Formats: sequence, structure tokens, C-alpha cells
Amino acid sequence: MSQGILVIIEHTDAKVNRISLEALTGAQKLGAEMGQSVFAAVLADDCSAMTGELSSKKLDKIYALSNPLLADYTPDGYTIALQQLIEKTDPAVVIVGYSYQARDYAAKLALRCGGAMMSDCIAIQADSGNITLTRQVFAGKFNADYSFSGDGCCFISLQAAAYNADELEAGTAAVEGFAVNLDSREIRTTVLESFEGTKKDVDLAASDIIVAIGRGLKEEENLEIAEALASAMGADIGASRPVCDDGWVGADRQVGSSGQTVSPKLYLSLGISGAIQHVVGMKSSKYIVAINKDPHAPIFDIADVAVVGDLFEIVPKLTEAVKAAK
Amino acid sequence: MKIAILLKQVPVKDAMLELNDSGNWIEEDDVQFEINDSDHYGLAEALNIAKENEGEVTVVTMGPDRVKDSIKQALAKGAHRAIHIDDEEVSSSDPLTCAKIIAAAIKDENFDLILSGLQSDDLGFGQTGVLVAEILGMPHATLVVETEILDGKIKVKRELEGGWFQNVELPLPAMLSIQSGLTDIPYATIKGIMMAKKKPVAEVEADDLGVELDGGAFKLEKIYTPVKSKETTVFEGDADTIVAQLIDKLKNEAKVL
Ligand SMILES: Cc1cc2nc3c(=O)[nH]c(=O)nc-3n(C[C@H](O)[C@H](O)[C@H](O)COP(=O)(O)OP(=O)(O)OC[C@H]3O[C@@H](n4cnc5c(N)ncnc54)[C@H](O)[C@@H]3O)c2cc1C
Ligand SMILES: Nc1ncnc2c1ncn2[C@@H]1O[C@H](COP(=O)(O)O)[C@@H](O)[C@H]1O
Repeated sequence: MSQGILVIIEHTDAKVNRISLEALTGAQKLGAEMGQSVFAAVLADDCSAMTGELSSKKLDKIYALSNPLLADYTPDGYTIALQQLIEKTDPAVVIVGYSYQARDYAAKLALRCGGAMMSDCIAIQADSGNITLTRQVFAGKFNADYSFSGDGCCFISLQAAAYNADELEAGTAAVEGFAVNLDSREIRTTVLESFEGTKKDVDLAASDIIVAIGRGLKEEENLEIAEALASAMGADIGASRPVCDDGWVGADRQVGSSGQTVSPKLYLSLGISGAIQHVVGMKSSKYIVAINKDPHAPIFDIADVAVVGDLFEIVPKLTEAVKAAK
Repeated sequence: MKIAILLKQVPVKDAMLELNDSGNWIEEDDVQFEINDSDHYGLAEALNIAKENEGEVTVVTMGPDRVKDSIKQALAKGAHRAIHIDDEEVSSSDPLTCAKIIAAAIKDENFDLILSGLQSDDLGFGQTGVLVAEILGMPHATLVVETEILDGKIKVKRELEGGWFQNVELPLPAMLSIQSGLTDIPYATIKGIMMAKKKPVAEVEADDLGVELDGGAFKLEKIYTPVKSKETTVFEGDADTIVAQLIDKLKNEAKVL
């Protein structure tokens, strides 16, 4: 019978990524509930730095999949290598952090291994062997519980910060090499250059007050409503991704997982729903005010003040009141 | 060049969603639906590639009858034809079941390129396109923000984390999942809307594709409003009162006035 929980480790510049430490924490907690051991897999041309870093964690074993063809991540390289490890070790559960890399290969790997994956989970529960996974649906408005009843391996990807990496238990872990059988002709993707996007003109990380705009602003012309408030408050304008995609403001004003991370004294959001990819970029703001007409908007879950109402009615009045108060 | 765009219909972005009585889905009756956000970008990219490479764009949509509106819209924007996979239960299926149905419906089409959105705004699995690629034996790339067709292959720019990007090349046929932002979204013209009426829409029944429909590994047990982790003061009602209360908070709690 399948046994154990495998965590696939992701790394940057020879260091284990935080999202993988969070995944390990989740795996340890699940392992304790299910009475199962936890082991990890590292893939690289040289795994030693990462296995060294993990050897002081409480893990049953760390498999080092060292191979020159794994120097660059490719979906085929990772899938073929990990399929071999999974077939050999036969884990009951595989956990990865829901990074961009995991988005790219994890579902494919699950299917290749005869399993199935539930992505972007925020909690895992095991009750007498039955696994229940919680994840956000409808862009964070609701949570959903999924039960697992498959015959194969249960693959789970965990949303960033689903578990706290500071709670990862220390211990010792044995490192074992795992020889991968990989032929360059099996890797269909050719990796070319990587490069950084355009440099940023505004540094929102240094802002004290941010007035952030979302698609609730409806049209580019309405930008003036937000700009008037921002200027009255001495604030910088931040934005959600769709607003930047549409070119209303520059991409350097985007807040979120693929934009800037900010922590101003005040983050005042106008017509932003509060999708997780936005929230990760601003949730450490000291004070959060959100104006949204939808009482279920997930932004309200992290707001200090939730204003349920029409921004077009409220914001102009607020601007006048701020001017008067100053 | 034969190009498919997988297009999903989801509730409009600012729909006021409520849970249904059984707590396993939303109340759909008063909800309006539209094309999923990142799928708009996928469609736009499919149309661009088709224009430059003598291509034909096929819209592939699985869902109940209501999705025909979105199909019509995509055809009006310039797609050439459509495949509608009729499935009343799609909303609660697990991602692998969805992907198996879609793959079964299009496998004989031998598309050179299959595009999808990165993620659906309702269920947000972020895996349907990747799974379809794997079932059909195609290489894939996700988080694609730019494409360029070369001889027998495609070069794509992928978004990475932390503001980085990466170029990769894939042999054709290939599957790409498209991240938002790469190109301008086309509007439907009056002429396009007129022409759309004549474009072929093939109807396929999900039940007829030989895919096990309720044997998925994951079952959606319930959906519910999340429990808040933070103390939040809620203001609603009269705008003037809200503004007065807000100014007080900004002065005394946020201390920014
Ligand atoms: C890999 C990936 C990375 C991403 N990175 C980012 C990122 O870095 N940053 C980011 O922001 N997003 C990012 N996203 C997108 C994210 O998932 C959401 O789609 C996006 O944040 C939604 O933007 P929004 O809230 O402005 O729009 P919507 O979700 O459309 O929300 C608009 C809101 O406005 C409200 N509204 C409408 N009219 C009014 C009115 N008159 N008054 C008051 N309220 C009103 C609505 O109720 C709604 O809540 C990413 C997505 C993916 C998949
Ligand atoms: N029912 C469907 N019909 C057509 N395409 C779909 C369907 N479900 C998902 N897709 C495609 O797969 C992408 C990712 O969806 P998801 O895996 O649900 O996040 C979407 O953006 C669509 O392009």
C-alpha cells in the first residue's frame, strides 16, 4: 500500500524557497495526523546545498535527484524524473507549494503517475485516513471543501502562506541519491534566456499612504476620482493587475504577487475584490480601508475598515472631507 | 494552422454571488455570465497568431446551454468556428474529469496549437490546459505573455516570479496557457456580430465521449463563506455618515490626517 508524504522542493540560487518550507510544514502536520512519514525530493544538477539545508529538518529522508539535465527547470525533465521517484517510493500523498513552477508541471506529473491534483489549497485535514482539502473558489469569495476518494496518489499544491514555515520542526534527515534515467531528447522545451522586466519608476514600498484602484473603477476616465483623493491625502496610486493590464496606470504601480509588495501606514482600496494574488502584496499594511459594493468581497476579510458601498458615491465626498479635515 | 482556444464561461466579475440552499454551489438563477478573464487574452492571442499564419481559430467551450452566448461573442470577435461540449454538471466536476472530456472532444481535430487561459475565475484550478496537453501528448508552457511562431516550433515568453521573464521554445503541436496582459482585447464589431451567425458551432454531448463522468478523484463537498481572521469595522448605508465615520478612523486609528 502507498505510504508516506513526499514534498517536492523548489529552490532559487541554491537556497530552498520559502513556499517549499511551508509545504514541508504542512506535510509534517499531515504526517502527524495520518501517522505517515515525510520525505522530500530535490532536483538540480547539484543538490548538495539544498539537501544540506534540509538535513537539519525533521524528515524521514531527502532524495537528491542530481542530473545535468535538471539544471534548468523544464516540465518534461521534472515530470520524467519525479515519476521515476514516485513509482519507486509509492507515496500516498505528494505536496508542492503553489508556485509558478508548480503551476507548470504538477498537474501533468499527477496525471502521469496515475493520480490527481487539487491545486491552491489553504488547508489539509486528515480524519481517519480521509483527506479533506480546503481551497478558495470564486476568486476568494467562498471557500470550498473537497474530499479525496481517488485510487491513486493524492497530489496537493498549497497556496503561499497556507502553513507557517517558522513552525517547521527541526531534526535530522538522511540524504540519499536517486539516479534519474533521463535523455535530453525526452525534454521537448528548449530553455532560452531569462531576464528582468522593465525597471520601476515608482517605489510603492516607500509610500506612507496608498490609494489603490481596481476594476471597480470601471473606466480609465474615472481615474481622476481616485487621483483627486490621492492628492488630497498625499498618497501614491497603486493598482490591481487588470488595471495595469489595461494600461490605465503603469505596470510599476501593480500591487501583488506579480507586482510590488507594500506595507504603508494606510492602504485605501477602491473597487478591488481582494484576490489572493493581490492580497499577498498588501496584507502587511498597517491600516487597511476597503471600499467595495459587494459585502462578500474577500478584501474585507483583511480590512480594518470595510466600507460596503458605491465608490462613485463615497469617494468624491471623502475627498472633500479629507481636504476639510487637513 | 489550426488553433483551438479553450474558453470557459464564469459569473460576471461583479456579480453578487450567494450560496445555494444545499451549500454545494452558488445560486445561479439571477447571475449573469461572461467569458473568463484570462481566456479573453487567450482568444486575442489565438486571433493574432491566426492572422499572421493563415490560421483558423476554433473556440472550445464546455458548459450548459448558457455558454452559447459566450461562444457567439468569441465568434463575433473573429474566431472561425466553435465546438460546444454540452455538460450540465460541469460546474462541480473535478479538473481531471473536465480535462478528459475536453481532450476527448478535440483529439481528432489535430490542432497545431491549443491555447487556454491561465486560470478560471470561478474554480481556479489552473490545470485544465496542462492536463489537456498531457492527455493529448503535447508539450506545453504556462504563464505565457508573448508568442512567436517559428518554423515548426513556437517561441514564447513566460512570466516568472519576482518580475522576471523567460523565453522558451516548444515544437509544434503545443499547448499554451495565457497570462493576462499580453495584448489588447479585441471588441466585437457590428460586422463581426452579423458574420458570427453564419459560423459553424458543433454540438457534442459530454455523455457521448466515453469519459467516466462521476468517477473523479475529488468531490466538492460544500462551499461556504470563509471565517474572518481579523476584526473588521463595517460601515454601510448613508454615504455622508460613512464619510464622517471614515474621517474619524483615518485621524484616530490610521493617524494619517
Ligand atoms: C499568477 C497570477 C498572478 C497574479 N498577480 C496579480 C498581482 O500581482 N496583482 C493583482 O492585483 N492581481 C494579480 N492577479 C489577478 C488576480 O487574481 C485578480 O484577478 C485581480 O486582482 C482582480 O483585480 P480587481 O480586484 O481590480 O478586479 P475584480 O476582481 O474585477 O474586482 C472588482 C471589484 O470592484 C467592486 N466594484 C465594482 N463596482 C464598484 C463600485 N461602484 N463601488 C465599489 N466597488 C465596486 C466589485 O464588487 C469587485 O469586488 C494574478 C493572477 C494570477 C493567476
Ligand atoms: N468548461 C471549460 N470549457 C472550456 N475551457 C475550459 C473549461 N474549464 C477550463 N477551461 C480552460 O482552462 C483554463 C484554466 O481553467 P482552470 O483549470 O479551471 O483554472 C481556463 O482559463 C479555460 O481556458
